[in-house]
Amino acid sequence: MHEHDVIVVGGGGAGLRAAIAAHEEGADVAIVTKLHPVRSHTGAAEGGINAALRDGDDWTDHAYDTMKGSDYLGDAPAIETLCQDSPGETIQLEHWGMPFSREDDGRVSQRPFGGLSFPRTTYAGAETGHHLLHTMYEQVVKRGITVYDEYYVANLAVTDHPDPEDRECHGCIAYDIKSGDLTAFKATGGVILATGGDGQAFDHTTNAVANTGDGPAMAYRAGVPMEDPEFVQFHPTTLPSTGVLISEGVRGEGGILYNSEGERFMFERGYANNDGELASRDVVSRAELTEVNEGRGIEDEYVYLDMRHLGEERIVDRLENILHLAEDFEGVDGLEEPMPVKPGQHYHMGGIETNENGETCVSGLYAAGECACVSVHGSNRLGGNALPELIVFGARAGYHAAGRDMGEAQIQTGPSAAIEHETDLDTPVSPGALDRPDPDVAADGGAVTADPDAVVESALETERERVETLMERDGINHAEIRADLQDAMTQWVNVFREKEGLQKALEAIRECRERYQNVAVADPSRTFNTDLIHTIETRNLIDVAETITLGALARDEFRGAHWRAEHQERDDEHWLKHTMIAWNDGSPDLYYTDVILEGQDKAYEPKIRSY
Amino acid sequence: MSTGITETETEEEQTEAVGAARAAGESAYQQARMEKKEIDEANREARRQAREAVENADRTVELKVFRYDPEVPEKEEPRFDSFPVPFSKGMTVLDALMWARDHYDSSLTFRHSCRQAVCGSDALFVNGKQRLGCKTQVADLAEQGVPSTVRIEPLPHAEVVKDLVVDMEHFYDQMESVEPYFQDEDTPDGLNEQRQSRENREKIKMSTRCIWCGACMSSCNIAAGDNQYLGPAAINKAYRFAMDEREGEDLTEHRLNIIEQEHGVWRCQTQFSCTEVCPKDIPLTEHIQALKREAVKKNLKFW
Repeated sequence: MHEHDVIVVGGGGAGLRAAIAAHEEGADVAIVTKLHPVRSHTGAAEGGINAALRDGDDWTDHAYDTMKGSDYLGDAPAIETLCQDSPGETIQLEHWGMPFSREDDGRVSQRPFGGLSFPRTTYAGAETGHHLLHTMYEQVVKRGITVYDEYYVANLAVTDHPDPEDRECHGCIAYDIKSGDLTAFKATGGVILATGGDGQAFDHTTNAVANTGDGPAMAYRAGVPMEDPEFVQFHPTTLPSTGVLISEGVRGEGGILYNSEGERFMFERGYANNDGELASRDVVSRAELTEVNEGRGIEDEYVYLDMRHLGEERIVDRLENILHLAEDFEGVDGLEEPMPVKPGQHYHMGGIETNENGETCVSGLYAAGECACVSVHGSNRLGGNALPELIVFGARAGYHAAGRDMGEAQIQTGPSAAIEHETDLDTPVSPGALDRPDPDVAADGGAVTADPDAVVESALETERERVETLMERDGINHAEIRADLQDAMTQWVNVFREKEGLQKALEAIRECRERYQNVAVADPSRTFNTDLIHTIETRNLIDVAETITLGALARDEFRGAHWRAEHQERDDEHWLKHTMIAWNDGSPDLYYTDVILEGQDKAYEPKIRSY
Repeated sequence: MSTGITETETEEEQTEAVGAARAAGESAYQQARMEKKEIDEANREARRQAREAVENADRTVELKVFRYDPEVPEKEEPRFDSFPVPFSKGMTVLDALMWARDHYDSSLTFRHSCRQAVCGSDALFVNGKQRLGCKTQVADLAEQGVPSTVRIEPLPHAEVVKDLVVDMEHFYDQMESVEPYFQDEDTPDGLNEQRQSRENREKIKMSTRCIWCGACMSSCNIAAGDNQYLGPAAINKAYRFAMDEREGEDLTEHRLNIIEQEHGVWRCQTQFSCTEVCPKDIPLTEHIQALKREAVKKNLKFW
């Protein structure tokens, strides 16, 4: 058994920042990650980091833009914390040597992004995430922080109290991918989940293959609610053949969207008369799909994004990476031709419910980054707000887990914050676990409430049994189930949603869950068994997909990224509240909590969102 | 469903219980048989679909993939497996490998993640050259536009863990040996930035693009023969910091001392193989030569 004060699960932006913070606070910290840190998906982020750094800008403006962008589903204390901490964290990266793009006076460059009232997106070419990831990993190396790379965390060691708010997390169980050994990690201070996105629940996504929602699924089964899971961001500019992301920076620099009739449809068709291409992502995604659905798409699938008029010099200076992506993955020369783009799954606004210190309702269990929902993005994330989220809340989770007094959180977590419960949601199948006694579908945390060592040992034993079962029995390959799940989500839980489709998706997910009862690992080897890893990941995707779909079915209004055919209005009277879905012994329990619109000095009044 | 038997007290109850258990046991057995049948059916169906996809494809490409697993008796001896894969325009080597894995053999093992040439995990030896699987179009490997065979092997000059996965530890050790982190001397306070000129950022720009894929190290003849040679990636990392004007003079000298060691820059024989394979187009050889020049200017030391 390995023992550390703080265990960080995941080696991307949030995980690295959390580890550095915990280390600064004097804790013995270790990062346990299924990919070597520099392989993390943070490296694919292109756009930039929103931070109010300049004269004429102010964190309060950033907070206002973010609140508006969230369609008033963000929590003010979280958003204000994000906007207050971001400048310091961004300059911290500069001090660590991050190669930001520069102005003539040598200061870091900023550019306009969608939904922002000031050009406050701080960037490094069109590869900001790559530089952020490498810069932070360099600092981890400098500090000598222990990294267990290619260790796949498959289970949390959580006590088994009936009420999740009484539970404690004492560690996690990981599979050493290289040797096949199961290893227990005990954490005296806390476990921080920083496992990133879950885009692999969809088949057209900008996400890496490794983004399988492992953290959310584990936390969910340990009793932590998933907050606002229905809010999935579809990015308007992804390459049609692969889902590779074309940064919002292209539109930020002045890129133009055209339909097949050569119309600049964002303006000419009235989707966003003021902001055009720089309206927020949900608005642009819907506009593109509407064009395609009404027959003005190209090859019935995509629209054009044109940056030729920006000129070679500016493109090469600020968007060079985009030229390479368009060339390598779509065979298009962005200097000579417009690039084909369509919406693709990009980011999950919902996730593990946390407060502004990264804490979940299970004590000792933290989450930060995309896997978490502290609720800064609400129903729609503004471009350039994911990277500040990583560093701000990664750092806060790290400091808190290492013992720093962060003050009392204003955001309440767990079932005791519930304001109402959903009792009569019309679901076509009963969601949640199946009733076959199989360790792989065991509900909730560990089996015991005894001392920490026993809890960790018990979790290790549970995981060992699960792996042995998967390895020894005959069964079907997870890949078919994963493909069917991705198809169902893309078909029915996409940019446009309707009740019937969401119900079909739930049925399809249920079928995947049933077939998963017969899944087996064909590769008998213990060495680097990716068959086993992908099989466990597929189970996580099923759980995550179900929470997304259940949340989407329940919320019968139109807010941010969540569009419903039957409900074309934002319904503040009934729906100004957070969706919470909790596993509750394998039977998803749906309840709601209040949105906090009260900020430090003022309350944010919901307004019509227009761009 | 549960087949558990509860404790019973009377004889009568016991007899009943045995009967019930037998019935439950049989139904469990039958259920298991049924499941087995369903599983076999599902697996047959999957194989049939794969076969059909290959038969109906206008064109297929034959992957010849290196296989090795030290643990599994039938795979202990390295060999090549052939997988016919339906070819479509735009297909990358990684796509083809994933198709083969998902349709023929789920034990086929390789690293991959981002699919867009930033994570650096799928550097492979494809048709005799180090390339990223995700960035290599199958069509580009074709002779006269018709791809027939694609030969995929693990990166040369690295220890093979299994199939296409190589041990990266040595590569990471070399990277870390050059102190690959910014070392500030006078960090400004609070929100004040360190200034860096556009020109200086431009100078280090290419060097900061390294994704640690290891292709350069694998292609380098010198690294192949000298395990202690820092190698192109690590030297490039040193260049990235040595040339950054934000680090002071003393540190630059310290960095030059590191790369000037016996197994440092002077080992490079300017063969350009690293530059040729770099998927991020980093002029590695140039960077190594630039550091040699700096070293000569500062403090000539030959090994």
